[in-house]
Amino acid sequence: MFRKTTPLDGFSIALAKIVIRLRWFVVFAAVAAAAFIATGAANLEYSNNYRTFFSADNPELRNFEDFQATYIKSDNFLFVFEPTDGSEIFTNENLAAIGELTEKAWLLPYATRVDSVTNFQYTYADGDELIVEDLVPAPGESSPEELSQQKANALAEPLLRNQLITPDAGVTAINVVLTYPEESLSEVPEAVAAARALRAEILESHPQFKIYISGSSMLNNAFGEAIQKDFSTLIPLMIGVIIVTTITAVRSVSATFATLGVVILSTMVAMGWAGFVGIKLAGPSPSATIVILTLAVADAIHVLMTMRVSMRAGMAKRDAIIESVRVNFLAISITSLTTIVGFMALNFSDAPPFRDFGNISAVGILAAWILSLTFLPAVLAMIPVRVRTVDREKQVSALRGFANFIVAHNRVLLIGSSLATLALIAMIPRIELSDEFRKYFDQSMEFRTDSDAVIEHFGFYATEFSIKSGEAGGVTDPEYLEKLELFANWLRARDDVAHVYSIADIMKRLNKNLNADDPAFYRLPEDRELAAQYLLLFELSLPYGLDLNDRINIDKSATRVTATLDGDVNTKSIRAFLKETDAWFAANAPELQGPATGPQIMFTFIAQRNVESMILGTSIAIVAIAFIMMVALRSIPMGLLSMAPNGLPILAAFGAWAALVGTVGFSVAAVASLALGIVIDDTVHFLTKYMRARREKSLSAPDAIRYAFETVGAALIFNTVILMAGFFVLTFSAFQINAELGLLTTLTIGLALTIDFLLLPGLLLLFARNKDRSNLNSEGEPDAQYAPSVS
Amino acid sequence: MLNMRLPFRSAASALGIFVLASAPAFADDPAARGDTPEAQKGYDVSARSDRTDTGFGDSRVDARMVLTNRAGQQTVREFSFQTLEKEDESVGDKSLVVFDSPRDVEGTALLSHAKILDPDDQWLYLPALKRVKRISSKNKSGAFVGSEFAFEDFTISELNKFTYSYVGEEDVDGMVMDVVERFPRYENSGYTKQKSWVDQEIFQVRKVEFYDRKGALLKTLVLSDYRDYDGVWRAHSLKMVNAQNGKETELVYSEFSFRNGLDGNDFEQGVLTRLR
Repeated sequence: MFRKTTPLDGFSIALAKIVIRLRWFVVFAAVAAAAFIATGAANLEYSNNYRTFFSADNPELRNFEDFQATYIKSDNFLFVFEPTDGSEIFTNENLAAIGELTEKAWLLPYATRVDSVTNFQYTYADGDELIVEDLVPAPGESSPEELSQQKANALAEPLLRNQLITPDAGVTAINVVLTYPEESLSEVPEAVAAARALRAEILESHPQFKIYISGSSMLNNAFGEAIQKDFSTLIPLMIGVIIVTTITAVRSVSATFATLGVVILSTMVAMGWAGFVGIKLAGPSPSATIVILTLAVADAIHVLMTMRVSMRAGMAKRDAIIESVRVNFLAISITSLTTIVGFMALNFSDAPPFRDFGNISAVGILAAWILSLTFLPAVLAMIPVRVRTVDREKQVSALRGFANFIVAHNRVLLIGSSLATLALIAMIPRIELSDEFRKYFDQSMEFRTDSDAVIEHFGFYATEFSIKSGEAGGVTDPEYLEKLELFANWLRARDDVAHVYSIADIMKRLNKNLNADDPAFYRLPEDRELAAQYLLLFELSLPYGLDLNDRINIDKSATRVTATLDGDVNTKSIRAFLKETDAWFAANAPELQGPATGPQIMFTFIAQRNVESMILGTSIAIVAIAFIMMVALRSIPMGLLSMAPNGLPILAAFGAWAALVGTVGFSVAAVASLALGIVIDDTVHFLTKYMRARREKSLSAPDAIRYAFETVGAALIFNTVILMAGFFVLTFSAFQINAELGLLTTLTIGLALTIDFLLLPGLLLLFARNKDRSNLNSEGEPDAQYAPSVS
Repeated sequence: MLNMRLPFRSAASALGIFVLASAPAFADDPAARGDTPEAQKGYDVSARSDRTDTGFGDSRVDARMVLTNRAGQQTVREFSFQTLEKEDESVGDKSLVVFDSPRDVEGTALLSHAKILDPDDQWLYLPALKRVKRISSKNKSGAFVGSEFAFEDFTISELNKFTYSYVGEEDVDGMVMDVVERFPRYENSGYTKQKSWVDQEIFQVRKVEFYDRKGALLKTLVLSDYRDYDGVWRAHSLKMVNAQNGKETELVYSEFSFRNGLDGNDFEQGVLTRLR
């Protein structure tokens, strides 16, 4: 009943027979094993720290950690108050609310400092007395004269203007500094829940505001929230996609049920494994669930489709199952293996969540590979599967017509599609790498909408410079202070800088205060000892939660300058900013130059770091996959030739992206290797059929192409639709990096089929013309077809 | 000199600011002593610790502070203290701090007259400016010269600035300790609570925990190297570790010198300009 068998066929037939005989045991064992591994998922946690995206060796992370070790390691909430009635901040009604939140924010979990216009330590002189007091000593109880004086004081203060108060006094911000023990992942959500409750409480008694909350704690929390949101929206969507595609493909509810079993068990195994090895889900890694569901359903559908076709051809169900396992064993093994290689290559990524993403996906694909050849046949043997007759002849004739068209116009198509591909590839340099953490989240996320509102009024991306004087106590050297002031002024003059915090401003204020508030003394002290003594005085007057160490390092050899960049800057303009900053130092103060740092600076280079680290990973994947192709096709030249239809779609997809979208975040680095592992499947199937026709059936190249189209064309189209649908689901992720990964992969998969159909035949014909047929060996080859030949 | 009575009066005494002599008769402040048995026992334990070390008149000591940040970098601040003991518990001590290093601030001097519930009076002399400046600030609980000691920790050491609650006994390092919590009565404190461990042999404070406004542990002070000055004990090593930011400061005293014949005139504003 089975055709002439190879040893591999013998093995797969034996496997299928055993699985069918022991079907109850196989199903029980598979479910039990998956359920056991899935218990590990109980350990899974969401990371809520943006640092997760950087490896320990990442140069930008190291700079930032050095900086934080020297000054302060902290996170923040930024509460922004915008009166809805258009009133200004300096009214008793408004200040009462600001004062209340300022007081209560001290009680937020992990809060170590609260800064607002009301509690700003305002200093002034009264003769030889230096008075230090809250800028608004009794919020809500000021006289009209006091209110206008407070407003004037706040707007004249460089440390407040544009940082905590807008120049028109229309909007104000309260900054809450938090220091997390970092012992539990529940710390950030706990603090955020308290911050939101505080906002609700203030709005209850002071409804005249809109209050937005941003800051690094909200960013960190958003990473966790995006994952939870994705799980609750994308997974149901994906299950829907699976049900629709499976029912369309196999037209059987019971088979769809069996497919769901395979994909869900594969996902359980992968997520359980992730929990056992202690992976913390972050960014792209939870998307592994969608990827596994997609790739597992593709495996299962291949088995089901072959079985269906065999049954329609008159085989009994049991024989059809065995035939399907025999036919698909090698194909599923090769495609699973190449896909695993593509995902494992993500281990070279600089971003640990991408490594996790690759490994979780690889485990899931491995599970799907095993389950679709064991669990699935066993379930199919247990449940009734009916097949309705479909007019396959119509489908085949459509494909034959298409194949004829391709063969007839192969040169035009080869040249045309090559030119189109080249044109797309030529667009690649126009891709702009873009990682701005505000835009990592879509409009469904509060962090995004609140931050969008905040950047209307204040700067957003704090960029830090540690300016080193080179000697202990050197920060009070007048020459150093003068350069510090020059740098701060240069920064302030820039359009992309919203605010600059420099110790020079404090020096100028103290100099004025200690000279009886004479405005002529609002300048830097000219004597090093005087400046040092001012600093000592300043230190002695600091309120709770503040020390100078967050601005000046411990031996007073360096100070920190913070330039808050506008929220609408992009990665390209930040790079320009950094370049111009370097140029400023080179020209004006080469001895003071140091690296700029800060969260957004880290993200500015994240794509570049990941692309650099993935070059090796992707190269290894390409070589490994080419090798697998050579073995699978038993031909070195064909293996090499296969790399054209494998590699071109990825390059073309980048080009298409450049033309259609333009900017892309750091997921761009991961797409090449994982997409390669996936799109290779189409080429494997097409080329195996083509080679078999040439070798076994001794068909001419054009006929072999027709044969390939007729036998696997439909399966390839179907496969492509499933994969595109699965990755397209990712584009609905609230996290932009996942959405881009999904869309870019969808595009690549679509282009891969287009290139396989339009460009590959022309290439094969060209290759065949230049090659002596006698060079082809005529050994039998493994049959890796999806559906038995109808010819 | 700054009356280095850290958090507690008892801790302060441990710092070596007071000394023996015939202990004057003290009158308890009923508002500070409270009316529950726990409050009164806490007050009494603190009062005993505090009062055993009084009557020293005045003291002088050199101090060296080593600051360590999260990166492990260190820096040193040196200064000297003079303290004039208060007349009774309704007022505070007078103190004078003169900075020796870093060199840029050498000769800078801070004179403080501690109050019980009101902000302290303070004057600062800046040698480079050659002027004395009075500093008026209610909110001085920030870091003292960049250390983990708050200014508040130095100037709020009066028994009656707090209410108390006795927690119980604890065995620590082979010593039986009384554990007492205390709560600031004055405004603008950085703390909601302090918890101290007082040994039952020489009645000295061995450890203090400081809790911030939201009730979380902020920092821990460990006092050691107690030395006996004719029956009065002084700790010579005080280590403050910040539980939230990972920084620490170690304060080390030289030998104390007591009863140097100082009087109120040595702690008046005018003395600041004549220090050198």
